[in-house]
Amino acid sequence: MKILGKKNIITLIIILSVYLVVGLLMNIGIIDSYIQLNMVLIGVNIILAIGLNLITGFTGQFSLGHAAFMSIGAYASGIATAKLGQPFIVGIIAAALCAAAAGILIGIPTLRLKGDYLAIATLGFAEIVKIIGLNNSYIGGAIGLNDIPQYTNWTWLYISVVGTIMLAYNFVNSYHGRACISIREDEIAAEAMGVNTTYYKILVFTIGAFLAGIAGALYANYFFFIKPDTFGFMKSVDILVIVVFGGMGSITGSIVGAVVLSIITIFLQGVPELRMVIYAVVLFLIMVYRPQGIMGDKEFKLFNKEGVLDGNVSSK
Amino acid sequence: MEQIIQQMVNGVSLGSIYALIALGYTMVYGIIKLINFAHGDIYMVGAYIGFFLTTYLSIGFFPALILSMIICSLLGVIIEKVAYKPMRNSTRIAALITAISVSLFLQYGMMYFVGPETRTYPNILPNSQIKLFGTEAVIDIKNIYILVVTIVLMVLLQYVIYRTKTGKAMRAVALDRDASELMGIDMNKTISYTFAIGSALAGAAGVLVGTYYNTINPLMGAVPGLKAFIAAVIGGIGYIPGAVFGGFFLGITETTVSAFGGSLYKDAVAFAILIVVLLVRPNGIFGSNTKEKV
Amino acid sequence: MEMLVVNNLYKSFGGVKAVSNINMKIEEGQIVGLIGPNGAGKTTFFNLLTGIYSPSSGDIVYKLNQEVSSCNFKPSKMVKYGVARTFQNIRLFKDMTVLDNVLIGYHNNFKYNLFTSLFRFPSFFKHEESAYNEVIDLLKEFNLYDKKDVLAKNLPYGEQRKVEIARALASKPKLLLLDEPAAGMNPNETRELTELIKWIRDEFELTVILIEHDMSLVMDLCDDIFVFNYGTLLAKGTPEQIQHNPKVIKAYLGGE
Repeated sequence: MKILGKKNIITLIIILSVYLVVGLLMNIGIIDSYIQLNMVLIGVNIILAIGLNLITGFTGQFSLGHAAFMSIGAYASGIATAKLGQPFIVGIIAAALCAAAAGILIGIPTLRLKGDYLAIATLGFAEIVKIIGLNNSYIGGAIGLNDIPQYTNWTWLYISVVGTIMLAYNFVNSYHGRACISIREDEIAAEAMGVNTTYYKILVFTIGAFLAGIAGALYANYFFFIKPDTFGFMKSVDILVIVVFGGMGSITGSIVGAVVLSIITIFLQGVPELRMVIYAVVLFLIMVYRPQGIMGDKEFKLFNKEGVLDGNVSSK
Repeated sequence: MEQIIQQMVNGVSLGSIYALIALGYTMVYGIIKLINFAHGDIYMVGAYIGFFLTTYLSIGFFPALILSMIICSLLGVIIEKVAYKPMRNSTRIAALITAISVSLFLQYGMMYFVGPETRTYPNILPNSQIKLFGTEAVIDIKNIYILVVTIVLMVLLQYVIYRTKTGKAMRAVALDRDASELMGIDMNKTISYTFAIGSALAGAAGVLVGTYYNTINPLMGAVPGLKAFIAAVIGGIGYIPGAVFGGFFLGITETTVSAFGGSLYKDAVAFAILIVVLLVRPNGIFGSNTKEKV
Repeated sequence: MEMLVVNNLYKSFGGVKAVSNINMKIEEGQIVGLIGPNGAGKTTFFNLLTGIYSPSSGDIVYKLNQEVSSCNFKPSKMVKYGVARTFQNIRLFKDMTVLDNVLIGYHNNFKYNLFTSLFRFPSFFKHEESAYNEVIDLLKEFNLYDKKDVLAKNLPYGEQRKVEIARALASKPKLLLLDEPAAGMNPNETRELTELIKWIRDEFELTVILIEHDMSLVMDLCDDIFVFNYGTLLAKGTPEQIQHNPKVIKAYLGGE
């Protein structure tokens, strides 16, 4: 397991070449602005879904309020870059830290709750955040926050997405990640084996919120304009659907889920009146026919155990 | 003083609506442990049925109320059979997302058929007001209708649940599904009855809200649906008197908050109350405290 | 030397006395049996020992690395101090492999921090590797090495019990609590288990407290036995003394 082992070098080369090739395609105009816009949406959704997957998929804590953390991140970055004139990096860090702080703040009291009750409490928290946003005139109230500089570009997006994937992967494959999975499996046994369940629940909640904050910053600094309604209950549901559809407890699942559902959404834009009705039916069919999601809890791996490139699907 | 009495009157009316919806939530959750997100939308459908019956067929208030209840109970049963039954053995989260998908389907399906615009209910109840205790506070005749209808329905519900065989089966299933199935209770039938009764109550609430506030739209069910769920949780989910208490409590709190100038924050207050109640008494105010056995 | 002292322990659940007036001293290195009819308060007593419940009154003092009382601690903290347990109704992490289950038991012996795991600093690999090796050794000693990649739920019942014991041992405890380890085992498996527990005590230099209904195992294995009845201690003594104690015979066989 060397840092500069064969696996890591190949991974690095792949990551870099994808970055360069896509960057090049953007420069020569093969990837047009419409595709770029959807790529930003997909990237933001990947980050959101991985964050929620850590909370719901790996640690087993229902959350119906993930969009609230995105909202806090979006506004933090919006204020930092538009109102205070700070560079994007400050906006992103502010977004991540504010969202993470909110994660701790809401996590400590509510994570004593279980299952549906936790889901409802997080939903309530998200609604409260939205209502505060709607009534705060400094950030534009219901009209929204305007004129946010468009800093999000391919480089920022790519670094954030790849960074999220790698950190999440490293996390779940460490003893910290195993502790989280054990909480999902049996909380009482986990506690009896020495896992501080409260600490880990708050930890994943904070990490998830941190990531959602980054996603919010990327979103706000791409679309110039944010308003509280964008981050309502439906957005939380969308993220949850990506996680469940991709596969709870699978990081690759969240990536695949974000891509597939975004594509479905793009197609549905062709039928605006029936868009939500079809979306509802699609959701229902997924839940009936593939409730474990596309990937289940398996990961897509580029290498097999001996480090040979083979790209199969294997369990952890 | 007048202000307080007036807000109490308004709060009781709003609370009646919440209580009627909350009852359906609490019954369904008690039996299949599912947050039936579509329940608020059944209430919306009830309001539309009432609207069409009274506007286009010029039917009176009570026939419209009863017809709307019947159609909604059918709708509830159909939703359960089509959408929830296949999910009975799947994970909680899959069931939850299914419920959300049904809710979206009803909201946007209705929007597709009737258009997104707000409709105005015709005046089907007499428009008279009674002054209270010689003060300026008034009780509208509609307030009385709402309260009376709510009370009658609750008494009926109480009778069904505690005095009939079906009610006994419901209570048994809520306590222990496997054991009651082994004792020969027909699970499908019991669940259907629960959905039928719960949805009928939501339909009634829809007609009442249409006549009281006069305006309806396809997304009107979402927020009251959530609030009613909060009411059910506050009272202790699965516990019927708890839902009634929660409904009235929430209705009165909300009108009081509005009266003191916090109308923009009234929804936030409702959610804040929910979170506080959950933290202090995780099983609701009247819920029994069950701890997992080790 | 005493490693556990229990003083006037009392626990009630909403007016129902689960255990009351328990006084107990347990010597280091012993195997101690807790017996008694169902509902006598044995598992509640275990839950009090491990911090899952806190006592209504009385206290529990451990003399482990330092003197600690379980009244004020969370179960995860007790594991740190060296108290590990198994459960009456096996609580394995069903969808995790045998290896991962035992690695969870090792949880508190990991020393690298969160950032090391997020960024995979070199010490991450060092610690993961040494943990892996220790757990593999443990699995080999339990004859579970071949099954390390099997999901826990797919193991036969007897092996699930063994994995649970291995998982508890991975936390490197000083005191091991076994809640009905022989439940559901046939006489052959029980005999094997008896040997295993003896071997564990000697190999890992542990103190063992076990709850068991199988008298052959208890009498064969235990240095000391405590008899619970209606939440109180009915008797204590060596297996010999317990077998001839008239109060115990009466509680078990009934009498006039």
